[in-house]
Amino acid sequence: METSNSTAVPMPPPPNMRLGDPSTHDGVAMQGVSKRFGDMVVLDECDLLVNKGETLVIIGRSGEGKSVLLKNLVRLQEPDAGGIWVEGREVTGMEPPDLRELRKDFGFLFQGAALFDSMTICENVGLMLKEHTDWDRERIRARACECLALVGLDDADDKLPSELSGGMKKRAGLARAIVMQPQYILYDEPTTGLDPITGDAINDLILKLQRELGVTSIVVTHDMAGAFKIANRIAMLNRGKIVFTGTVEEIQETSHPLVRQFIEGRADGPLGVF
Amino acid sequence: MLESIGRSVLSSLRGSGRGTLLLCATLGDLRYAWRMRAEILNQMQVVAVGSLPLVIVTSIFVGAVTAVQAVYQMQAYVPMKFLGTVISKSVFIELGPVLMALVVGSRLCANYAAELGTMKVTEQIDAMNIMAIDPVRYLAMPRFLAAILMIPVITIFCDTIAIVGGYVASVVTLDVTSGTFIEGLRMFYKDSDLLGGLIKSFIFGGIIAMSGIYFGFNTEGGAEGVGQSVMRAVVGSCLSILVADYLLAIVLFQIVFKGS
Ligand SMILES: Nc1ncnc2c1ncn2[C@@H]1O[C@H](COP(=O)(O)OP(=O)(O)OP(=O)(O)O)[C@@H](O)[C@H]1O
Ligand SMILES: [Mg+2]
Repeated sequence: METSNSTAVPMPPPPNMRLGDPSTHDGVAMQGVSKRFGDMVVLDECDLLVNKGETLVIIGRSGEGKSVLLKNLVRLQEPDAGGIWVEGREVTGMEPPDLRELRKDFGFLFQGAALFDSMTICENVGLMLKEHTDWDRERIRARACECLALVGLDDADDKLPSELSGGMKKRAGLARAIVMQPQYILYDEPTTGLDPITGDAINDLILKLQRELGVTSIVVTHDMAGAFKIANRIAMLNRGKIVFTGTVEEIQETSHPLVRQFIEGRADGPLGVF
Repeated sequence: MLESIGRSVLSSLRGSGRGTLLLCATLGDLRYAWRMRAEILNQMQVVAVGSLPLVIVTSIFVGAVTAVQAVYQMQAYVPMKFLGTVISKSVFIELGPVLMALVVGSRLCANYAAELGTMKVTEQIDAMNIMAIDPVRYLAMPRFLAAILMIPVITIFCDTIAIVGGYVASVVTLDVTSGTFIEGLRMFYKDSDLLGGLIKSFIFGGIIAMSGIYFGFNTEGGAEGVGQSVMRAVVGSCLSILVADYLLAIVLFQIVFKGS
């Protein structure tokens, strides 16, 4: 059981990042955010900084609260405590109209795709354009098809979500998230459920969006190879806190026991299983 | 014991507070009605299509049963020329609006709660929020408007068929002549009866829609949660309709239409 890396007391060291004044940060800043469901604490005074234009990958065990973190960030769930800033604007405490305005800059890929099942794929993707632009039907459709082509769904545009496979839904959800060319995209497991080739194509797309449009992204993923490919920095969530952040090189060389165990995918180590 | 009563009172107060807020938001969003007209028409279709068989069967038998019961009660005490009066008044004022709100309304309320509840638990409502589309404007308002417009229409339809049902039952099986029935129908007819009934069904339409929408939006959990929401919505809608019916009876027929 005793491995070279595991220390006797696996105390997570403090996060290796400096939180200055979050309200002057030009990207996304989260400070002291807590979220609990009943007695279960999911986020525990969690701090996170995402610089403008970077792709931050969040890793962590299943059920650690990665999806909850993303949802709290855009207030789909209300944090119990703490503050969130986007480009210096405080999101926590924002009034609904301001919040709606802010959310137009955000794309969100849900873990379960969350397509509107009464609409076709094309209508799903085009809905935001229909609501927030004065484009005509033809133009909306053309743009929706363009986004669907980016995720390899050119021929599925008039199908209903119930007629798609899980991986196709995921990709349609991705097309819907990027249709308005948002400045921020939150991806909840973009490649889970896809074959390795399609998954790699999606990773390429994430890279392309970052390079060409300067998108700031937070990606939750379990696919370490993909994470190393797309990430500028990787953060690890454990027990409601970010216990490590670092660049790809830093994370590959770190001796942090939790991170080592995670990226090596070992069942024995400080992260207990079951 | 006391504590649990207190807690449930508090939670239902909080619930009605949130319900009122939802109602206000929905009413406020009525200003987008013209923009949302396609969806509103679509929802009106949801109310109408498929409820027709239910409405027709219910209404025919409501009319017929009222006729049979009225004849049984009136026998030997009240002249048969009042039969039409009794049937039309009870149908216009009470049976049409209330039965349609309970029968068609439960169907509609369950539809709203199940559809919105499923959207909630599959994160579709979250998706709508993150797309900066207000679910109240996009989902609640068209359903609410469709219900308050269509439930009265269906009630008129029901009134008509129920009178026909009563007429047929009286003439064919109860030895009442066609002339007697129609004379009774005309004799004490008042516009305010019909109007009062329609005002009632308009308000019932709002209760039905808000109950379905409220419980749908507040669904938690998975399929089980949706089932719970549908049950709560239908029960809530039916109880509220009966209570509202009593209050409206006092307001409309004791105060507003008194002496008209
Ligand atoms: N709406 C909710 N109500 C109650 N508990 C919740 C809710 N949403 C999430 N949780 C709990 O919060 C914890 C974190 O959930 P979350 O979905 O964020 O996990 P995750 O890290 O995304 O896992 P995975 O990698 O499997 O997607 C889980 O234990 C879950 O049971
Ligand atoms: Mg998740």
